[in-house]
Amino acid sequence: MITHFIPPLAGKPRAAFAATLVIALVLAVLPFVLGMGGNRWIRMADFALLYVMLALGLNIVVGYAGLLDLGYVAFYAVGAYMYALLASPHLAMHFPWIAATFPDGLHSSIWMVVPLSAAIAAFFGILLGMPVLRLRGDYLAIVTLGFGEIIRIFLNNLNSPLNFTNGPQGISNIDPVRIGGIDLSRRLEIGEFTVPSVTLYYYLFLVLTIAVIVVSIRLQDSRIGRAWMAVREDETAAKAMGINVRNMKLLAFAMGASFGGVSGAMFAAFQGFVSPESFILMESIVIVAMVVLGGMGHVPGVVLGAILLYAIPETLREIARPVQLLLFGSELIPAEALRMLLFGLSLVLIMLFRPTGLWPAPRHGIRPTAQEARA
Amino acid sequence: MSEFLLSISGVNKRFGGLQALSDVGLQIRRGQIYGLIGPNGAGKTTFFNVITGLYTPDSGSFVLDGTAYEPSAVHKVAQAGIARTFQNIRLFGEMTAIENVMVGRHVRTKAGVTGAVLRTRSQQAEEQAIRERAGALLDYVGIARYADYQARTLSYGDQRRLEIARALATEPKLLALDEPAAGMNATEKLGLRDLLKHISADGITILLIEHDVKLVMGLCDRVTVLDYGKVIAEGVPAEVQRDPAVIQAYLGTAATH
Repeated sequence: MITHFIPPLAGKPRAAFAATLVIALVLAVLPFVLGMGGNRWIRMADFALLYVMLALGLNIVVGYAGLLDLGYVAFYAVGAYMYALLASPHLAMHFPWIAATFPDGLHSSIWMVVPLSAAIAAFFGILLGMPVLRLRGDYLAIVTLGFGEIIRIFLNNLNSPLNFTNGPQGISNIDPVRIGGIDLSRRLEIGEFTVPSVTLYYYLFLVLTIAVIVVSIRLQDSRIGRAWMAVREDETAAKAMGINVRNMKLLAFAMGASFGGVSGAMFAAFQGFVSPESFILMESIVIVAMVVLGGMGHVPGVVLGAILLYAIPETLREIARPVQLLLFGSELIPAEALRMLLFGLSLVLIMLFRPTGLWPAPRHGIRPTAQEARA
Repeated sequence: MSEFLLSISGVNKRFGGLQALSDVGLQIRRGQIYGLIGPNGAGKTTFFNVITGLYTPDSGSFVLDGTAYEPSAVHKVAQAGIARTFQNIRLFGEMTAIENVMVGRHVRTKAGVTGAVLRTRSQQAEEQAIRERAGALLDYVGIARYADYQARTLSYGDQRRLEIARALATEPKLLALDEPAAGMNATEKLGLRDLLKHISADGITILLIEHDVKLVMGLCDRVTVLDYGKVIAEGVPAEVQRDPAVIQAYLGTAATH
């Protein structure tokens, strides 16, 4: 696994083991280092992990199977709203029979939520996949974009006549995640030592992210992953090899969506509040940018892309004002404007200088020229 | 078991106002190298695409190895046991040579998502077998040294070989080659000829569409000649070559004064 991230370690089990240990240690200690700058830095790490999951999910659809999906945030929304509905007082408040069936209110265990959010998002993935099987390229992008908007608009308007989603007000009072009696929304005190809530979530998200990475890499190096890539490279040739292209595309949509669903459910639990505003088109575009800029189809690249594209604008938001105050004595450009400006600039620069992404899949050997081969 | 591996009859295919194929058929015996020739626009590739499921015929009966098959979907035809190559090579360019051949094993293997994610013992054994078989096939067609090179970086002749290796990986009963010698130089053609003879000697039946009459005549056991979507001759190459209808199709009628 580690050799996918650090290729030189291939064939050196001891070094690979040591590197894994070091990385695990760094990841474990990271929230305490970030915490020195305040909890909001740990919170950023939490969100970065959610985006890594999203980007890896989209990577299956875009990177592996080559299907451009501009409505991916819809699956994030599906996961988030599923958790919001299953773990908040909302449904019980508006549907008396639910209140009667669950007198203590609706609550859901994380052991149920993670598989369920993956399954429901996968179902929506297939729902999207069915009508777009014959579409490619631009046309596929347009339809998926529309799908993303449809989901958001539904969430916005499903508050009457029956109030399912509470419309633009969103759903609040969502239960936090509880694992074995530990409430992740409260700080945990172990003797003298206190672990803040954001750090607890950090570990939960880290575990899920690692699981998503493992699944991604294992799928990539498998019969299924090769079939996806064959479909990406040449659909007709893939069919001629006996690959059922329709099923492979649906599987890609379903697998990709399931990661988004899990990430969405975690988002809802972490925030305690969801509203359609979190699932706008811009989110989909940012996730696509994470995959493309990181290195399509290459798991370490996509992870890097997600972290950077989330961290760059957030960091700029944090430092734009103090830096300007220091340099000019006043804030010349508002932090928010500067943030988008520099974000856009960094995208342009990356695409100009690294057109295949920041960390693309290692290029396989280029065939030596005829002379070299003979020599 | 019938003596014919592939038996096709009564194929009609119309594109709008053009009758591309009318009542075309052919019968291929086991172990033969069978040629399908004809001048440009005769309907060879159309017929080939019908056999392999790319085009749906208007009518026709198709029997492979004693069982009727419906050429309704390309992947089903491949599953049934016909593997094809393409006139303009269609490899998976960004994948390595060995990965291309491994894709060919897809249809004869079965590990799914669960197997891949859990890395079950059977999945790992299968994966190992796929890789070994793919390596052996690369060796068989003579490009084992390029196993880890991206397919698109291979030379033209090697790409043809890779495409054949990929087709062989599906364990076909019939290997169908669409103009494999197109764009090859004389040396490459000789190499291809030896390879096809080798494959045939190993018991695989081959259907060959070819423009290069010399290659077909030297290699094929039997040929069918198409012209304007109709079969105009069928038989052993030496006979067909003397057939006046064939000569007329290729060279035109002698001027009459």
